[in-house]
Amino acid sequence: MNQPRDFTVKALTRVEGAGGLRVRVSDGRVELVEFTIYEPPRFFERLLRGREVREVPDIVARICGICPVAYQITACQALESALGIVVGPEIRLLRRLLACGEWLQSHSLHIHMLHAPDFLGCDSCFTYPEAYAGLLDRGLRMKAIGSRIIQVLGGRSVHPINVAVGGFHRAPDATAVRGLIPDLEWGTHAAFDTLATVSGFAFPDFTQPYECVSLRAPDGYPMNEGRIVSSTGTGTAGLDISIDDYPQHFVERQVPHSTALSSFIVPRDRPYLCGPLSRLNNCLADLPDGARRAADTCGIPWPSRNMFHSIAARAIEVAASFEEALAIARICHASITPCRIDSALHAGTGCHATEAPRGLLYHRYDIGDDGLIAGATIIPPTSQNQAQIEADVRALLPGLLSLADDDAAAGCERLIRSYDPCISCATHFLNLHIERC
Amino acid sequence: MPSVMPKKPRLAVFKFASCDGCQLQVLDAQDSLLAIAERVEIAHFPEARSQSLAGPYDIGLVEGSISTPADIARIEEIRRACRFLATIGACATAGGIQALRNWCRIDEVVGSVYASPLYVESLEKSTPISEHVAVDFELRGCPIDTGQLVELITAVVVGRQPRVPRHSVCVECKEAGTVCVTVAHGIACLGPATQAGCGAICPAHGRECFGCYGPGEQPNLVSLTGFYERRGTPRPHLSRLVRSFNAWAPDFRHEGDRLEHGTGADSP
Repeated sequence: MNQPRDFTVKALTRVEGAGGLRVRVSDGRVELVEFTIYEPPRFFERLLRGREVREVPDIVARICGICPVAYQITACQALESALGIVVGPEIRLLRRLLACGEWLQSHSLHIHMLHAPDFLGCDSCFTYPEAYAGLLDRGLRMKAIGSRIIQVLGGRSVHPINVAVGGFHRAPDATAVRGLIPDLEWGTHAAFDTLATVSGFAFPDFTQPYECVSLRAPDGYPMNEGRIVSSTGTGTAGLDISIDDYPQHFVERQVPHSTALSSFIVPRDRPYLCGPLSRLNNCLADLPDGARRAADTCGIPWPSRNMFHSIAARAIEVAASFEEALAIARICHASITPCRIDSALHAGTGCHATEAPRGLLYHRYDIGDDGLIAGATIIPPTSQNQAQIEADVRALLPGLLSLADDDAAAGCERLIRSYDPCISCATHFLNLHIERC
Repeated sequence: MPSVMPKKPRLAVFKFASCDGCQLQVLDAQDSLLAIAERVEIAHFPEARSQSLAGPYDIGLVEGSISTPADIARIEEIRRACRFLATIGACATAGGIQALRNWCRIDEVVGSVYASPLYVESLEKSTPISEHVAVDFELRGCPIDTGQLVELITAVVVGRQPRVPRHSVCVECKEAGTVCVTVAHGIACLGPATQAGCGAICPAHGRECFGCYGPGEQPNLVSLTGFYERRGTPRPHLSRLVRSFNAWAPDFRHEGDRLEHGTGADSP
């Protein structure tokens, strides 16, 4: 047996939050993989107790500065369900536009500033190769347009202040929404250029038998509504359940090496994948026309179970978001009235799930007799992906063991970065620690 | 303010307990960001750059609050490595929303979220950076404003004091011609007691200011909450209003405690 080798690499950079990876290899066999999340926990579910229903969207936004809109919309819809509030199609459309803004902002950030450097041989967006300056410029503009959508509807791009239970505090200004149209028209075309570039990157061959979990909606690509479905890619029937039935099919377990809880599908505690690749695999046919054509011709055969293709899946979702946002902006002729459906507060329980940029986001709230929050459960996408990330590293490592430690570590880091993990959400400096025995 | 900065100062960004939203504002600076990258060397910024250059650094920006035992040693090390240290945002400046746990028993809080609390290391309180090390400048906001951030970095690079307004959100409403939500709709609004910086966006959207930028100078909260109480706003609502993202900032903290346990504004 070889001399045991331990080393630590300061790793998961270019992700949101702080986490690490610990690996033990013995005689060429992978014995232990722990994706450790040591972001300090902030105990949101406890801190929400005793707060007013109307405060919840403002508080849960602070779970994640990258995807606050997803938290706000999910919370609003769960609380509306608890209070029996039904919002009309205009509010639903404007919420969809808001979600498009966040997908554009978050995906453009990840594609161009966090992920593409892995394929371009640079260490950050500040050191892009000259030949790709156009890709970065385009990405920054896309990101700015996403932020602008959120600002127009939400009043501010990070932690919007206009999202309310029942709708909006103030009706979004229809003229300002239509003012987005020229930028959105540019984006629908620019997104195809970005997709063409990123789908031409050199991808490692890493195909895994993922059970892909996402929402699926009857009227378009899933964002804020739908049923929870899964596909295995093997012909075995997957899930097709109402959001209300989430607790019967998914379980959260605490593991010692992480401040995030890991999620599994029951029975048999199966890990699963959520996020852009899962959504695309499950809902390819629901893409808007332009994005669908771009997906079909980009050179990657969909559905794909190669995690590294997620950058292209994100680019397709950028195209879809521009297309959807443009369609909504074009029919936004008058400011909505009323902009908010109010209801008397009463005791109740409600849950909802949406597709945050990184995947399925589930919220459940109990409202007490005093009209205050009595209980909250929030299950973010990255904690749902945690078990799958560990399974993936386990599968990837044997192919990396011939490499020097630093290169093997970098390979694992790239895989994890493909998930766009949002560790702040999941609860977190990444150290990659590999022990070789 | 450090007297003279090197020709290309070295910038480092550090994160503690936070949502990453203020770091996102750094990335959101867009054109300014690339211009900044030409004027300063981004030596350590894990969220944006894989390579990390060792200190010392000329400018350190800290996001997030101190909430675990390891954080304390780390912030002391960061302080030693940075000539000029600024906090960015409500978490680093005031403890953040997670400081709401400072009013709870930590074992009860941990036990309510995690089945095996023993695995989770957490300090009893979430506290601002300035409770642990000397801080040269505190940039307010939840999140910070990108324009103020660019002003901060520019000012430090050229060696002058950052120009950040210290008046209240209430003044921003007047500047913008926004109808007062308290006067017109009877809404209890923290605008008179909150530092400016957001552009008074909440009143412009017909709702109350809830204090993202923290207490302004001499906020006289006792008078303000007493006024709202006399007009019929229930006290528990007012105590929640001052206890959000800057709940642990001394002026908000003391007022929250007074509203919960103390005497009324009109009592002797």
